[in-house]
Amino acid sequence: MELYEFTVHELIEKLDKKEITSSQITESYLKRIKEKEKDVQAFVTITEDSAKEKASEIDEKIKRGEKREKLEGIPIGLKDNLCTKGVKTTCSSKMLENFVSPYDATVIKKINEEKMISLGKLNMDEFAMGGSTEYSYFHPTHNPWNLNRVPGGSSGGSAAAVAANMVPWALGSDTGGSIRQPSSLCGVVGLKPTYGLVSRYGLVAFASSLDQIGPITKDVEDNAILLNIITGHDEKDTTSVKREKVDYTKSLVKDVNGLKIGLPKEFIGDGIDEEVKNALLETAKIYESLGAKVEECSLDIGKQALAVYYIIACAEASSNLGRFDGIRYGYRTEKFDNLREIYINSRTEGFGPEVKRRIILGTYVLSSGYYDAYYKKAQKVRTVIRNEYQRLFEKYDLILTPTSPTVAFGIGEKSNNPLQMYLADICTVPVNIAGLPGMSIPATVNSEGMPIGIQLVAKHFDEETIFRAAYTFEQKVKFREKYQPKFKN
Amino acid sequence: MPREDYETVIGLEVHCELSTKTKIFCSCPTEFGGEPNTHCCPICMAMPGTLPVLNEKVVEYAVKAGLATNCKIAQNSKNDRKNYFYPDLPKAYQISQYDMPLCYEGKVEIDAENGEKKTIRITRIHIEEDAGKLNHDEYGRGSFVDLNRAGVPLIEVVSEPDLRSAEEAESYLRKLKAIFEYIQVSDCKMQEGSLRADVNVSVRKKGTTEFGTRTEMKNMNSFRSIVRAIKYEADRQIEEIENGNKITQETLRWDDISGKTFPMRDKEDAQDYRYFPDPDLVAIKLSDEYIENIKKELPELPEIKKARYIKDFELSEKAANFVTSSKYYSDIFDVATEKSNNPKAVSNWLMSDIARILNEKEEEADKIPFTGEDLGELVQLIDKGTISNSIGKKVLDELFENPKSPSKIIEEKGWVQISDEGAIKEVVLRIIENNPQSVADYKAGKDKAVGFLVGQAMKETKGKANPQMLNQMFIEELKK
Repeated sequence: MELYEFTVHELIEKLDKKEITSSQITESYLKRIKEKEKDVQAFVTITEDSAKEKASEIDEKIKRGEKREKLEGIPIGLKDNLCTKGVKTTCSSKMLENFVSPYDATVIKKINEEKMISLGKLNMDEFAMGGSTEYSYFHPTHNPWNLNRVPGGSSGGSAAAVAANMVPWALGSDTGGSIRQPSSLCGVVGLKPTYGLVSRYGLVAFASSLDQIGPITKDVEDNAILLNIITGHDEKDTTSVKREKVDYTKSLVKDVNGLKIGLPKEFIGDGIDEEVKNALLETAKIYESLGAKVEECSLDIGKQALAVYYIIACAEASSNLGRFDGIRYGYRTEKFDNLREIYINSRTEGFGPEVKRRIILGTYVLSSGYYDAYYKKAQKVRTVIRNEYQRLFEKYDLILTPTSPTVAFGIGEKSNNPLQMYLADICTVPVNIAGLPGMSIPATVNSEGMPIGIQLVAKHFDEETIFRAAYTFEQKVKFREKYQPKFKN
Repeated sequence: MPREDYETVIGLEVHCELSTKTKIFCSCPTEFGGEPNTHCCPICMAMPGTLPVLNEKVVEYAVKAGLATNCKIAQNSKNDRKNYFYPDLPKAYQISQYDMPLCYEGKVEIDAENGEKKTIRITRIHIEEDAGKLNHDEYGRGSFVDLNRAGVPLIEVVSEPDLRSAEEAESYLRKLKAIFEYIQVSDCKMQEGSLRADVNVSVRKKGTTEFGTRTEMKNMNSFRSIVRAIKYEADRQIEEIENGNKITQETLRWDDISGKTFPMRDKEDAQDYRYFPDPDLVAIKLSDEYIENIKKELPELPEIKKARYIKDFELSEKAANFVTSSKYYSDIFDVATEKSNNPKAVSNWLMSDIARILNEKEEEADKIPFTGEDLGELVQLIDKGTISNSIGKKVLDELFENPKSPSKIIEEKGWVQISDEGAIKEVVLRIIENNPQSVADYKAGKDKAVGFLVGQAMKETKGKANPQMLNQMFIEELKK
């Protein structure tokens, strides 16, 4: 077995027993990247040299007999919207093609403090806008399970790289499903933490009131380990919450006895693929067999949530992306005679079609005369959606839904149909609107062998219950043991 | 219709930089000056991924300003984004406050021209960040962005259109300036742009209640140009109306050199700022206790201080008014009075010579280069007879040019008054010998001749001889 096939907690064990070195792990992953990158194209930047250098420094240190920190020498992949000092942060946009951040994001600081080793920056939909990673300025990423299919998005590079064993784990960001949906489509575990659990400082903002950074991993245990590292209040982000740190690995217990799970009927109705629906119902049965109580309930917010999402997210994005004006950093047009032309031409040439679409939409909904009808109303509906969840959480510990209405679709299939693409978010978007934690875990594969993920949603800051339920389920279905990506066309 | 039949209606939006040590959303220094782009960090340069964190001192200072201007303080308030593109605005939005300002419904009293008190209502005070600065290259090679000022905290004080003349506008602005100086929320240095005003002007026929169409002049930063601009703009509007034209609501630029206003090419009124609540910042919630504590800590405000000066130091209303019109004056007054124990002399120096010199230099009280200690010493030296009043004026000039302790100045310049009896007698005898005609005049009963002789003696001693002693000694000698 190759080292890149192991999970992180397995690698930690081997490192602790000194069976392997950090360099061996790093080399193994770099070898795998060399093999698979031409097919998968998960990366924007590969930091091979610095990774090797760091790994050998750590090995030297261990050789000298110094103690190794728990995650010291473990490689990681980073979505390319997390600011990294000294390494390009492109957001997969022409606008930031050559941009190097002068500072590290808070989560990057934390993984650096753990002495983890970055293998590089992972592809995404431009500025995290999209659900297929086809909107990357550089290249689309391919789904390791079927290279003609999309990996989902926007964290498609992160999910595909984890699925393809090109990184042991990765960080992604999720504004409307950008961690969970690609995790579902690539058969890996992805968590969007509660809004406020992880600092957003250094995450290039798409929609500030919805964005969260989270872990994408091979299994649930790794997910808990990585979440432990990135949580915590940050003075630099006032929306990050002050609360005591939780050790999520303590929730890795096989026990869902008495857990109450709600299964909203609206999420197994129209628009949900039959095989996805069956996988979900099967999941419900498994939970029942494990001692949980699963009950059908109603959460009729899908359509409204999608409308609210595209109003709020685009409004915030239209303002957040104003700073890319060609003045201080990023792309600047060569065709200008005056200031106005610098703005218009730089932004016209630097942004891709989906980003422009959302900036225009967001600018429109904030315009005077339309603000009340769109933005203000959307904020009110947002409260209604929150209350709907709250109502359900009075009865249930968890809500079980599909992560994505379909398995991975073909590259090019939806990229010219924005509305179809937006519908791919229908199961994940409401969770961001309510600020709740949600995890996608692989349940099974469909008749074509493509992975199907299910989503577990819990109360604010109740990631622990998610981990308990996800871990119990994972240990029962043993997805990773049964299914592996085939890299076929 | 004659000019006198119109009245001018003025409203001011005063922007005042707060003197917190650090910027409103990051920890960069707010200090004025510095090489371009040296007081910046990734946050105030709007690097991707950065987030604002509200400086609590800014809220505290703004609440102080609100309480000192009799505002109500909002316990629930928030920050909003004002979106527009300009190179001095790195995020392409300014974080300001839109519909929920921190302070609202305040008022201040000013002295109107007729000598009565007049109340000017304050609509609101909100907090916001300043923009950077563009330095235009004089050789036309382009413009350079300096972000040192980007993120410096401001309060914007919006008045109701209660002002009726340029003089009232000036008086209101001076009052705000004095208050903010006293509560130490701003140094209010107009030359450095830390106090500036957008001036809204309209005219209407006296007796009507409807407002005329207004024009706005932005970023005015001297009292003199504000007064001139208002007068010019009111006259221009009246003339337009008299000629049967309509006033266009627009933003104007005041040109200090030609003394005229011009329409701004860039029609800012057409902009849609797309205000919305900033999702990066949590709502501002203030407890009763927090507001009470700030209220308790407010220092003595100018009105109270004025009353105390009149009572304790028997200053005239006029003198007390003047001395309390700026914290820079009253701080100097307090120290100088403490040292010299002569409040009247100190206030006289401030009101007459010091104010005159500042006026000649077109500067404000914050530019006084010497300390209250220095002025106190000057008054002391005169009171003790070490120097004469006229030498005192020369010492004051010197204090403005090259400030150091007055005793050092008179020593270095050799201005110490001659009070030595022997030395004075010598001069007196010489003058008598050289001016026989005056001596004869005196003896013939013309007492005024003594004045001439004293003058001659002062001339010979370059003003250093003690005039009282001279006078006395001449009379003694002439009577012999």
